[in-house]
Amino acid sequence: MTGPARYANPYLAGAALGAVLLAAFLLTGHGLGASGAMSAVVSAGVEAVAPTHARANPLFGAWTGADGSRSPLSDWIVIEVLALMAGAAISARLAGRWRATVDRGPGITDRRRLAWAAGGGALMACGARLARGCTSGLGLTGGATLSVGAWAFLLALFVGGYAAAPLFRKAWR
Amino acid sequence: MSALPLDASGPVASAVSAVLLGAGFGVALERAGLGDARKLTGQFYGTDFAVFKVMFTAIVVAAVGLAGLEALGVVDAARVYVAPTWLVPQVAGGLVFGVGFVMGGYCPGTGCTAAATGRLDGVALIGGMLAGTFLFGEALPYLGRLYGATPLGTLAIPALLGAPPLAVASGVAVLAVLAFVTLERLTTAP
Repeated sequence: MTGPARYANPYLAGAALGAVLLAAFLLTGHGLGASGAMSAVVSAGVEAVAPTHARANPLFGAWTGADGSRSPLSDWIVIEVLALMAGAAISARLAGRWRATVDRGPGITDRRRLAWAAGGGALMACGARLARGCTSGLGLTGGATLSVGAWAFLLALFVGGYAAAPLFRKAWR
Repeated sequence: MSALPLDASGPVASAVSAVLLGAGFGVALERAGLGDARKLTGQFYGTDFAVFKVMFTAIVVAAVGLAGLEALGVVDAARVYVAPTWLVPQVAGGLVFGVGFVMGGYCPGTGCTAAATGRLDGVALIGGMLAGTFLFGEALPYLGRLYGATPLGTLAIPALLGAPPLAVASGVAVLAVLAFVTLERLTTAP
């Protein structure tokens, strides 16, 4: 075979993802997550530099504990996200898809694309923390448990995305 | 009492479940092509609906599976975490998140998939998320009114409708299938 393998059928891949999510509920009682690992890493960083400040903060303190007794980096979600990255890397290698690149449309430079990726990441982090979860921890997990707030978040996410899409068109098309 | 969910709270059991479930999560996202920013953002330009298809298929499979196992008494519903509802901050957060998604090209889980498969923009996105999380944490003491608005507690759609969870999950499955059929007709039209 010459080129990389084609991606899987989206319904098949979605069913596999749903099976992993269901297994998460059966094994742990909670679902999957992603952005929580970022909170854990940041909280550990703030704790290392300014422990008193970290423990007094409502976000960081929830990860470090009021007395610093919790270790954010050994939390379940940090291990889960590291395993996610390992699984994705192995899967891409096996499919001949692993390639160092900058994913962008033809109308934008690599440099600007990287800046927009960082800016988008910062905005998403703010949105996820305000909503108390991201597409994984709130959207997928809360969606499957039929949480009202999760479905409201998903609806708002698509509204925000479609509303902002014209602004960022040249990054992609 | 139902045996499930398992109590995997010990350090070894917890690490094993995190590794197995995380790896499965990463493989599913990579195979679906959701580590690919142009494919993901195609959702917002009407060129590729993989985000919608993968996400709602996954939600329906897990929702029907979970509600079905709870109805059979195999899973103890009281021990399954249901994300609490904070309506106003979740709608506001969703709007901001959606803008960030189309600007950055990934959501957090798919951004990690992208970074792990060689995409430097995925790495930049993770850097941005760490910075954004830090800034949000520093701002949170001043955002209390918005962050704490409309606390509705654990509120699930079945309770709101007064219907059994399995009926609601099945209803969502029917709606999803109708949406998929419509989407396939629209996108394969000559």
